[in-house]
Amino acid sequence: MEANITLQKIQENFENDVIEVHSRFQQDTVVLASSSLLQVATFLKEDPELQYNYLMDLTAVDYWKRKPRFEVVYHFLSVANSFRLRLKVPVAEPEPKVDTLTSLWPGANWYEREVYDMFGIQFTGHPDLRRILLYPEFEGHPLRKDYPIKRRQPLIGPKH
Amino acid sequence: MFLNVGPAHPATHGVIQIRTELDGEIVRKADVEIGYLHRAFEKHCEEATYTQCFPYSDRLNYVSPLISNFGFAAAVETLMDLQVPERCNYIRVILSEISRLTDHLTCIGASAMELGAFSVFLYMVKAREWLYELIESVTGARLTISYGRVGGVKADLPEGFEKECRAALKKTREVLKEVDELLTGNRIFYDRMRGVGVISASDAIAYGITGPFLRSTGEAYDVRKAFPYFVYDRFEFDVPVGEHGDNYSRYLVRMEEMQQAIRIIEQALDSLPEGPTNVDPEGEIIEPDLMSDLGKYGKTSGLLKNEVLIPPTLQGSEKRYHDRVAAPSKEAWLPPKEQVYSNIEALMNHFKIIMLGHGLRPPEGEVYFPVEGANGELGFYIVSDGTDRPWRVRCHPPCFPIMAALGSILEGDQMADIVPTFGSVNMIAGELDR
Amino acid sequence: MEIDFQGSLQTGFFTSRMDKMLGWARKYSIFQYPFVTACCGMEYMSTACSHYDIDRFGAGLPRFSPRQADVLFVVGTISQKLAPVLVQIYEQMCAPKWVVAFGVCTCTGGFYDNYATVTGIDHIVPVDIYIPGCPPRPETVLEGLMLLQKKMQNQKQEI
Ligand code: SF4
Repeated sequence: MEANITLQKIQENFENDVIEVHSRFQQDTVVLASSSLLQVATFLKEDPELQYNYLMDLTAVDYWKRKPRFEVVYHFLSVANSFRLRLKVPVAEPEPKVDTLTSLWPGANWYEREVYDMFGIQFTGHPDLRRILLYPEFEGHPLRKDYPIKRRQPLIGPKH
Repeated sequence: MFLNVGPAHPATHGVIQIRTELDGEIVRKADVEIGYLHRAFEKHCEEATYTQCFPYSDRLNYVSPLISNFGFAAAVETLMDLQVPERCNYIRVILSEISRLTDHLTCIGASAMELGAFSVFLYMVKAREWLYELIESVTGARLTISYGRVGGVKADLPEGFEKECRAALKKTREVLKEVDELLTGNRIFYDRMRGVGVISASDAIAYGITGPFLRSTGEAYDVRKAFPYFVYDRFEFDVPVGEHGDNYSRYLVRMEEMQQAIRIIEQALDSLPEGPTNVDPEGEIIEPDLMSDLGKYGKTSGLLKNEVLIPPTLQGSEKRYHDRVAAPSKEAWLPPKEQVYSNIEALMNHFKIIMLGHGLRPPEGEVYFPVEGANGELGFYIVSDGTDRPWRVRCHPPCFPIMAALGSILEGDQMADIVPTFGSVNMIAGELDR
Repeated sequence: MEIDFQGSLQTGFFTSRMDKMLGWARKYSIFQYPFVTACCGMEYMSTACSHYDIDRFGAGLPRFSPRQADVLFVVGTISQKLAPVLVQIYEQMCAPKWVVAFGVCTCTGGFYDNYATVTGIDHIVPVDIYIPGCPPRPETVLEGLMLLQKKMQNQKQEI
């Protein structure tokens, strides 16, 4: 299988930072320490054998009550090789924080704003980190598991 | 000068605000503000069971809801390692492509209308109406269809579908030809579209743009070719690419994609497999009331094999054809109502799936499943914790990256160019804001 | 015979005739403002186009400026972020004005009962006609429109 060279290469090059590697459901996944995110992403993008030119998706998952609580999930795609890779970066409370990828992919800008909006995860170095889907007066981060779906906002009042 | 376009602007079909900084007629800076249709799709999915997520997924891309339906279903199937029958895959392909047609028809029609070609809009909506009627005959609804299911589709195609479908496609082709004559060589249309809203291939990739928007720049990435799903690898079709990455190329790409979609549907109709059926169940069919009477008198022998005749309105279609479109797994598929009413195994099976806390329970894990939506790669990322509700559902909306790039695309163009450029993005607020 | 003009005004004879006439005029020249946000907009398009032809009811001309419109069609989910915009548009419309809630999202919120959506636009603007359905079929929309016309005909007219 060709696709596995990604995992191999990452393991070889970033031995100390990789927490876990698996390919369940035939989907290559790397769990990575947040400190080396930028280096790995640069490597993925620039390595001539891999050529991950797409940052396809960027999101986060709240694993409430598990430690570390959040995981930021990146999906990369290499069109040339038809590889896909999922990169997961655990982030801990109380101040969840990861590096921004906007310098590598300008498209990361809005994705990161969305993750900030929904989960309250900070992206260090982001040029314009503000809410995107909700409005500035909104309180809380709705996709966190401790935000009940029907909680009304103070601005709106309990009736609506 | 600062000018604010939207959120309620006549030419923005979909609510969005563009704050522009103008220098005369030239846009110097455009700041796009979205989120006016945030409806908490992802949060709702966390609260619902897997099957209950389907109605929400209809309303993601409401112009081509079938694609999002099947995308979500396929993601859960990957998680559960389910194989759906051949025939079901064919049905999915056919309906996805019909959806793609409706989407492109709406997109081109609406953007032509904004440039003054109102008759094109009327023609295209007319063609869309035929396709909606087709969709309605299969799914029972025009728009919010909820037709996908984990492990299959809701029901088999109705009788005579093939003939109707071919007829509708033939008429649609004619409309496309008409529109082609009206627009493609039209001086006004050409001048407003050519060289406007240009994006280069490398920029498009950096923003993560896929779909017709990317293909207009010359890149031929298409999920249907690169990562074939369902049975797309069995059909012959081309992936049209443009050259300039401007509005006109996008228009041409969309027009050609519709032709290809029709081509795929016709091939699929030609080779639509029949598959296993259980049209002839053992034992005769009896009326429900009769059955309980027999049971009361102790005459239970052979009852297990009997099926009860239920009125078609209960389900909207004849369910005895189920085997053709549903995976054989008992974990995913609700047994046909006829059996639920007449034998205990099916009743228990039904109960297990419907009961709170039982239901469909994929194993723990996570998958990302991409399909080619009408606007580009539509991906579903699902995290399961082993219970009957997804822990997290993330939809990767294809027009999100395009909207992220829109600000920089508009810069340097004229104020009046905002409208055609925005039209060619084909922003669908439902999937953009979720 | 001499007409007691003052008297008939007092008994309401004159004004009620005037009401009828104005109502008749108004109901066949509906200038609508479609405030389209979501999925229902697709059905709105279908209704407005040639297949179902809303023009038969004298409502064929959408006006995209609230100042020129007299019926506000609210089509699709209204989120809390959008609510102030809707209120502003409503306030900008000149009287007499009517509001149609198109689709269940605008009637009650539908199944979107969450932190981000307005559960029924009647929380923020007064509504004359509710058209249920998710989305309503074009036939339902036309029926709603006819109900609105009835209402226009029979109501007390502001002049
Ligand atoms: S009523 Fe249904 S179709 Fe209409 S906007 Fe709401 S969810 Fe969409």
